[in-house]
Amino acid sequence: MENLTESMDAVPERKESLIKKMVYQLFKSKTGTIGLVIVIFVSLVAVFAPALAMHDPAETDAVNRLLPPFWLDGGSTEYLLGTDNLGRDVLSRIIYGSRVSLLVGISAVLLAGLIGIIFGLIAGYYGKTWDFIIMRTVDSFLAIPNILFMLIILAVLGPSLVTLILVLGGTTWVVYARMVRSETLSVKERDYVRSARAIGAKNFRIIVKYVLPNVISSFIVIATLNVASTIILEASLSFLGLGIQPPDVSWGLMLSDGREYIATSWWVATFPGLAITLTVLGVIFLGDWLRDVLDPKIKD
Amino acid sequence: MKYFAQSLLKTIPVLFLITLIVFILVRVTGDPVSLMISETATDEERKALRESLGYNDPIYIQYFDYMGDLVKGDFGDSHRYETDALNLVIERLPATIELAIASMVIAIIMSVPLGILSAIKRNSFLDLFVTGGAVLGKAMPNFWLGIMLILFLAVNIEVFPVSGRGTFLHLVLPSIALGTGIAAEMTRLIRSSMLEILGQDFIRTARSKGLREAMVVNRHAFRNALIPVVTIMALQTSTLIGGTLITETVFAWPGIGQLLIQAVNLRDMAVVQAAVFIIAIFVILSNLTADLVYRLLDPRIKYD
Repeated sequence: MENLTESMDAVPERKESLIKKMVYQLFKSKTGTIGLVIVIFVSLVAVFAPALAMHDPAETDAVNRLLPPFWLDGGSTEYLLGTDNLGRDVLSRIIYGSRVSLLVGISAVLLAGLIGIIFGLIAGYYGKTWDFIIMRTVDSFLAIPNILFMLIILAVLGPSLVTLILVLGGTTWVVYARMVRSETLSVKERDYVRSARAIGAKNFRIIVKYVLPNVISSFIVIATLNVASTIILEASLSFLGLGIQPPDVSWGLMLSDGREYIATSWWVATFPGLAITLTVLGVIFLGDWLRDVLDPKIKD
Repeated sequence: MKYFAQSLLKTIPVLFLITLIVFILVRVTGDPVSLMISETATDEERKALRESLGYNDPIYIQYFDYMGDLVKGDFGDSHRYETDALNLVIERLPATIELAIASMVIAIIMSVPLGILSAIKRNSFLDLFVTGGAVLGKAMPNFWLGIMLILFLAVNIEVFPVSGRGTFLHLVLPSIALGTGIAAEMTRLIRSSMLEILGQDFIRTARSKGLREAMVVNRHAFRNALIPVVTIMALQTSTLIGGTLITETVFAWPGIGQLLIQAVNLRDMAVVQAAVFIIAIFVILSNLTADLVYRLLDPRIKYD
């Protein structure tokens, strides 16, 4: 009896110490700390963009076209990182561009995760025909580069912010489906699930109570790392003219202007690229740290 | 051989699913007629085109017709170039293959020595530099790296041409831009694969019987580390081909990628479909080949 109360007391304490351990490990890991700082910084920039930007990101200035950054000859402190081919402020556009990157990156990953979790659960839990159909579809998606599916869909539907999120989410869900399926398969056979079923728990209850909690930590890790690749994909598609459309601002779109004026004005392409690299680096660092803490069994 | 035949058979459902997805997207969700005809066309013209293309037939008959055309390699004509879409794509194939191979060569040249050295000198300054560089290479969009290469090596120092295809010099910048991202991923995986093998018993045995370290690394460790590396390379084919799409656009490289992106922008669906199919078949075949090589390298893997 004494042992029983002891072990029951131990449960909340273990949870608290897990959080403590996570925080402790975060500050022990230099890259994890750097990643967290970068991600918080970029998020704050995105949230407070209107207050931070000195100019309207779409405001053109015909007189001050292709102005260099302020520390170079001909630069002005009015436009700290210079202006682009239409005289728009590069810094303000980078600040506003963070909104699109984070919005598309996070919502596409959530969408992909939702689709992937649902199909993965169905495939793993119900098995048989469902499993066969879903897993063959997953194989087909994995067999050819994602970007091909994206291009077909974008060719048919035409580019827009919503299409972009749907396309990115609708083509990257397979990773989650595979992960959730294999976790579900192993959880399904454990004793506590068998006993739950023996006392008459419904499938839905078993999935929500026992299967999902086991999947969630792997999901957080994979999802975080996928935010990084989604941000790059969004920039790539916008660069190709198939993503965000003007007058909306995206780092990828800025790079495509920058590519055209690279021979004369290096700053137009350089700074947005640095912004992408820094953001993605932060997300990767954060994701790696989460993997080490939450789910040491996933590697690469 | 039997295994190869089986693998080929397994790709059929994959190709079938791709055709189905393309068909659904193009015929069911969009209005293909409006994509093919000019916006000023009258209703009669639209109706006539619709009828002549068989779009008034039931959907399953349309699907059979569509599959029939595909098997014959008939994707229709490009409305931009007014010529057979498949031929257009095949003309562009050599340029893309050239770029893909050059990028892979660069990725191997960069990643194999760096991956091995950083594993041998684990936790050294070099290791830190290499692993740091690998993360950076992953975080950097390869098209931005391409633009930066143009800036430094074609604009500031005029060593390489800014864009286009022709001489060997034209090939250098695009393949570095594309190869670096792949090298980043490969270096990381070669490093971890080497580390795993260096920790195994037969390496300790080799060392304890007094072999020189170079011998241990070359003969014992690297040869075994090579096996997962081949798989890694195969997995990168998809990334590589996906990467050519955007790299070709940055460098105005006249390959399938550039054609496909243009076709998507112009809604030239015949070309989009033909290009997607050719690329898909190409990726599937190279995965299959890598799988075979992998099995030849490691006889422990059973053909089942």
